[in-house]
Amino acid sequence: MLELFLAKYNYWIVILLMMIGLYVVVARGNLVKKIIGLNVFQTSVFVMYISLGKVAGGTAPVLTGKNELFSNPLPHVLILTAIVVGVATTALGLAIVVRVREAYGTIEDDEIEEIERQDMAGDLEGRRR
Amino acid sequence: MRHHLVLRVVSKLLIPFIILYGLYVQFHGDFSPGGGFQAGVIVAAAIILYALIFGTDRAKQVFKPRILMVMAPLGVMLFALTGYAALALGGNYLDYDWLAQNDTAGQHIGILTVEFGVFLTVVSVMALIFLAFAGRTHEIHDDDW
Amino acid sequence: MTGSALSGIMPHLPALQVVVPLLSAPICFLLRRGLVSWAFATVISWAAFATALLLLQAVLTDGTIRYEIGGWAAPWGIEYVIDATNAIVLVIVAGIGAVVMPYARRSVAAEVPANQHSLYYTAYLLCLAGLLGVSITGDAFNVFVFLEITSLSSYILISAGAGMDRRALTAAYNYLVLGTVGATFFVIGVGLLYMVTGTLNIIDLSARVPALQDNRTIHVAFAFIVVGMGLKLALFPLHTWLPNAYTYAPSTSTAFLAATATKVSVYVLMRFLFVVFAPTYGFMALTLNYVLLPLALIAMVAATIAAIYQYNLKRLLAFSSVAQLGYMVLGIAYGSVQGLTATLLHLFNHALMKGALFLAVGCIMLRVGDVTMLGVRGLGRQMPWTMAAFVVGGLSLIGVPLTVGFISKWYLVTAALSDGRWPIAAVILASSLLAVIYVWKVVEAAYFKEPPAGRVVREAPLSMLVPTWILVLANVGFGINAEFTVDVAQTAAMGLLGIVP
Repeated sequence: MLELFLAKYNYWIVILLMMIGLYVVVARGNLVKKIIGLNVFQTSVFVMYISLGKVAGGTAPVLTGKNELFSNPLPHVLILTAIVVGVATTALGLAIVVRVREAYGTIEDDEIEEIERQDMAGDLEGRRR
Repeated sequence: MRHHLVLRVVSKLLIPFIILYGLYVQFHGDFSPGGGFQAGVIVAAAIILYALIFGTDRAKQVFKPRILMVMAPLGVMLFALTGYAALALGGNYLDYDWLAQNDTAGQHIGILTVEFGVFLTVVSVMALIFLAFAGRTHEIHDDDW
Repeated sequence: MTGSALSGIMPHLPALQVVVPLLSAPICFLLRRGLVSWAFATVISWAAFATALLLLQAVLTDGTIRYEIGGWAAPWGIEYVIDATNAIVLVIVAGIGAVVMPYARRSVAAEVPANQHSLYYTAYLLCLAGLLGVSITGDAFNVFVFLEITSLSSYILISAGAGMDRRALTAAYNYLVLGTVGATFFVIGVGLLYMVTGTLNIIDLSARVPALQDNRTIHVAFAFIVVGMGLKLALFPLHTWLPNAYTYAPSTSTAFLAATATKVSVYVLMRFLFVVFAPTYGFMALTLNYVLLPLALIAMVAATIAAIYQYNLKRLLAFSSVAQLGYMVLGIAYGSVQGLTATLLHLFNHALMKGALFLAVGCIMLRVGDVTMLGVRGLGRQMPWTMAAFVVGGLSLIGVPLTVGFISKWYLVTAALSDGRWPIAAVILASSLLAVIYVWKVVEAAYFKEPPAGRVVREAPLSMLVPTWILVLANVGFGINAEFTVDVAQTAAMGLLGIVP
C-alpha cells in the first residue's frame, strides 16, 4: 500500500492540489480567494503534465552531441503555454474583481448577492409601476 | 519607500544585472533553454522591482504606459508578420526554412524574430498589468483586510 | 491577375482563416479610434467569411484539407484539418461575425462607454480568431489554447456591459471561474490522452484510442473532456453561468456569443466523442445513453419552463438557448448518423434564429432602453420591422413549418422515431409547445398591449435593421429550401462517424 503511494507520489500531489483548488473555488466567498483557488487548481494540471514528461535519468533536452537520455520536452512547451493562459486568466479575473469592488463596494460573494437581490427587487418595482 | 536606503541602493545595483540576464536568456533562446516568455518575465520583474522601490509614479515616468501599450501589440504583430513573411516567400505559415537560403539559418532568423516579438509583448504586458493594478485608487484601507 | 493571385493564396487559406483575424486584433488595438476600429473589424469579418465560404466549397469538392503550420509534419507539428463538419462551423462563426459587425456600430456606441470602443472591437476580433481556431485545428492541445483565447475575450465582451448594468461584472466573473474550470478539465483530459497514446494530433488519436476502449485512463480522460466541454457549452446543470452572462452583456456581444461560442463547444464535444473516443460499448457508450440523453431531455423541458417565467427578454432568450443546446446534445446522444445530422443542422439553424432574435432585442435596447415585458408593450406598432423580425425568429424557435426551426426538429424527431424511441419524440414536441408560450407572451405584450403613455419611439436605424433582417430571411430561406444544409450536414455526420458514403 505504502509502496503504491510512494511509487506514484506525483499523482497524489496532483490530486491533492486539484482537490484543494476546487474546494477553495467552491467553498470560499471571497472573489480574490476564488481566483487563488483557480490558480492552485491550474497548478495541479501543470504538475501533472510536467511529471509525465519526466524520463527516469533523463536530462534537459539540449543537443550536445553526446548520446544522452532526454526527458520529453513537449509537455514543458505545452505547459509554458498553459501558464501564460493561466496568467492571463488571473490578471483578467483580478481586473474584474477590482471593477466589482468599485461598483459594489465589496468582494464578498454573499454581500454582492444581497446587493443584487436589491437590484432585482428594483427591477421588479419598475415592472409594477 | 523614500527612507529605505538599503533597498534603494541594492535594487539600483541589481536592476541592470536582472535586465542583462533577461537579455542573455532571450538571445540564447535558439540554442539552449530560454526564449521570449522567460526573458520577458525576467525583465518585467526588473521593472516591477523598480516600481515597488521607487513608486509607481516614477516607474510610469520611466516606462511610459503609452509606449508599453504600443509595444505589446507590436510584439504580437512581429510574431504574426514573421509567419506572413514565410508565406510570402513560398512556404507554409511560420515555416522558418524559407526565411533564408539555408534551412538552419532560416530557423535561427525565424526563432530569433518570433522570440523577440514574444519578448516585447511579455515585458510590456506584465509591466502594464502591474502598473494598472498598482495605479488604481488607494481607497482600500488597512482595516478592510 | 486576380485569378492567379487567388490560386496562389488558395493553399494557404486554412492558415489565413485564423491568422488574419488574429493579426488584425493588435492592429485594431493600435487604431485607437472607435469608428476606425469598427470599420477595420467589419472588413476583417467579411474577409473571414469569404475565406470560410471558399474553404467550405473546397472541402465539398475536394474532400478533407490538411495544412501543416510551420511546415512541421502532422504527428509532430500542429496541423489544421478541415472536413465538412468544421467547414460548416467555420461558416457559421464567420458568417454571424460578418452580419453582426455592421450592426455593432450603433448598438455598441449606445451601450459601451466611448473610450472602450476600440478595445471592444479588439476583444471581438480575438474572440473571432479564437472561435475559428478552435474549429479549424487538428491538434488537441491547440483546441485548448484557442478555447482560452475565445473565453478570455468573451469575458471582456460580457463585462463591457458594466456601463449599463453593474451585474455584467459579476456575470463575467462567474463565467470566468466556471469557464476556466471547464477549460482546465478539458486540458486534464487531453493530458491523460497524451499520457496513454503519446500523441496530441486528433487524427492520430482517433487511430490509437478506440483500441484502448477498456483502458481506465482513457475512461477518466473521457469523463474530464465531457464535463469540461459540458461546462463550456452550458449543458444543463452546468449552464448556470449562461443566463446572467447573456442578459447583462451588450446586445452585440450577446448576439455574437449566443450564435457562435456555445456552438463551437458543441462541435468540440462531437469531434472528441465520435472521432477520438468513438465508443462502441462499455462505459463510454453508456454515458451517451444514460447521462447525456437524460440531461438533454431535462434541459429541453426545464429550461423552456424557466424561460416562460422570465420578464427580461434577453434572459428569456438565454434560457431558451439552454433548451436549444439540449436539442443539440440530444442529437449527439443518439450517436447515429441521423442524430448527428440533426445536431449539425440545429447548430447552423439555431445560430440563425438566436442571432436574429438577439439582434432584434438589441434594436429594442437601442430605442427603448428597456428589454423587459414592460418595455416591449405596444412596440408592434411603434417598431413594426423590429417586432416582425422578432416574431419570425420566435416562430423559427418554436419550429413552425417554412422556418429553419422546423427542419431541425423534423430531423430530430425522425432520428428518434427511427430507433422507435417515440417517448423522446413526444418530449421534443412538448418542449416545442412550451416554447409557444414564451414567444406568445412577447407577442401579446408587443401587439395587444397599449404602449406606456407618452412614450415616443422610432423604428431602429437601417444599419441595425438590415443585419437583423438578413438573418430573419436566412431563417425563412433555409427553412423553405433546406436541401443544401441537409446535404452538408449529412456528409459531415457521416464523416464524423467514419462512414464512407
